[in-house]
Amino acid sequence: MKKDEVPQDGDNLHEGSFRQLFYAVDDKGSYTPVSSVGWEPENVAMAQAWEEVHDRVERARQRVLAGQLSPVGYYMEKHLMDLALLASYVGRFQWQVKRHMRPRVFNKLSDKMLQRYAAAFRITVQELKKVI
Amino acid sequence: MIQFDHVQTAHCESGVISNMFRHYGLSISEPMAFGIGAGIFFGHLPFVKVNGVPGTTYRIWPGAIFQRVCSRLGVKMQSQKFSAPAKAMEALDTVLAKGIPVGVLSSVYYLPYFPPAYRFHFNAHNLVIYGKNGANYQVSDPIMDTVTEIDPQSLAEARFAKGFPEPRGKMYYPVKVPKDVSLEKPVRQGIAQACHYMLKVPVPMFGVKGIRFLAKRMRHYPEKVGDRRSVLYLGNVIRMQEEIGTGGAGFRFMYAAFLQEAAMLLSKPELGVLSKELTGIGDLWRNFAFQAGRVCKSRAADDVSYRELSEMLLQCAAAEEGFFKRLANVKL
Repeated sequence: MKKDEVPQDGDNLHEGSFRQLFYAVDDKGSYTPVSSVGWEPENVAMAQAWEEVHDRVERARQRVLAGQLSPVGYYMEKHLMDLALLASYVGRFQWQVKRHMRPRVFNKLSDKMLQRYAAAFRITVQELKKVI
Repeated sequence: MIQFDHVQTAHCESGVISNMFRHYGLSISEPMAFGIGAGIFFGHLPFVKVNGVPGTTYRIWPGAIFQRVCSRLGVKMQSQKFSAPAKAMEALDTVLAKGIPVGVLSSVYYLPYFPPAYRFHFNAHNLVIYGKNGANYQVSDPIMDTVTEIDPQSLAEARFAKGFPEPRGKMYYPVKVPKDVSLEKPVRQGIAQACHYMLKVPVPMFGVKGIRFLAKRMRHYPEKVGDRRSVLYLGNVIRMQEEIGTGGAGFRFMYAAFLQEAAMLLSKPELGVLSKELTGIGDLWRNFAFQAGRVCKSRAADDVSYRELSEMLLQCAAAEEGFFKRLANVKL
């Protein structure tokens, strides 16, 4: 890649201020670091990854509102976690966390357990109980 | 107050090495660190899934570059892990108070100075803490263009993120940095190791074989996993190749920059020629990412486009195989 071929496809994902470094070849054929605001294919891939995340969060939200899923499932998606990661944050087995995703089980959770979930999601217990 | 000279780099691990060693009067560029550490690699691991998407990597596993560079240059590091955040932060303060900049392992997800779009759960990010400003810590994050600050709570969270690999508050700093180092032997060792990893590892998922492995699987994405997942799988390959931290073309340009430096250092013009060849291979990779990006954007998972992408990967594989064989045969 030549220095003048380094792409400068900015988008809002980088929030303007963020620049990354590419290594490119100058006129004399020597490598030099060149700063870039982004490249279209990467922006597309990144936007798609986020779209997928937002889809999953929205689906989880609908299920919570329909009474099929506890807020634990919603916040897990919202914080880009999976079962294994969430389980290690709250210090429980995966099957236990899975169980806590059932609304009936969730409603009976101890304050201590709720506190752990809230801490893992960095929210308060009140926020944990509410999904809007 | 520690005077820390921050230079933005492409990749966090080689960047921390370069910035930290320079602080002790040992100047090596980022590509040099990357090359001596034999950072270039390829791997495709369909069963190691991140959010349901198979993993692809263009470089060696996290930590390997650091460890190799230190042992090849004779740098002695002090490295510690902790059981509790309070202890880890205390230890960090103690070392900072002695005027020593400290490298820490962190999770990108908890670093507030990154744009939200980049904050995924990636646990092997390296940065340097070089001082305190009130309660806040002064950060030299190699992939940022300037130094920044972080609040103690976010730093503690970043250092104690869960998942794989768990940083467990890991921090490190050099205790012995030799003043005069000859880079010739480390460069030779780095090149030999890179060739070995790209050509000789007897596992089909790694090295040049790994590229062919991915090509074979990609060809069948539409029929195997459906339109929606195909696009996600493809998007992940693009991101691993081109996202912040790679220097472009999945570290291929960075390695070419290393070979250029190595050619001067060892007075081996052959390496300069190979550097040019690798630049060309990097352009092949960029071309692949460009076409893959178009497929992602159109979302039309027709078999033809995936077959074409697969062909392009096979071309990259053939080019890299030839390249690393020639590199391995250079008499250094």
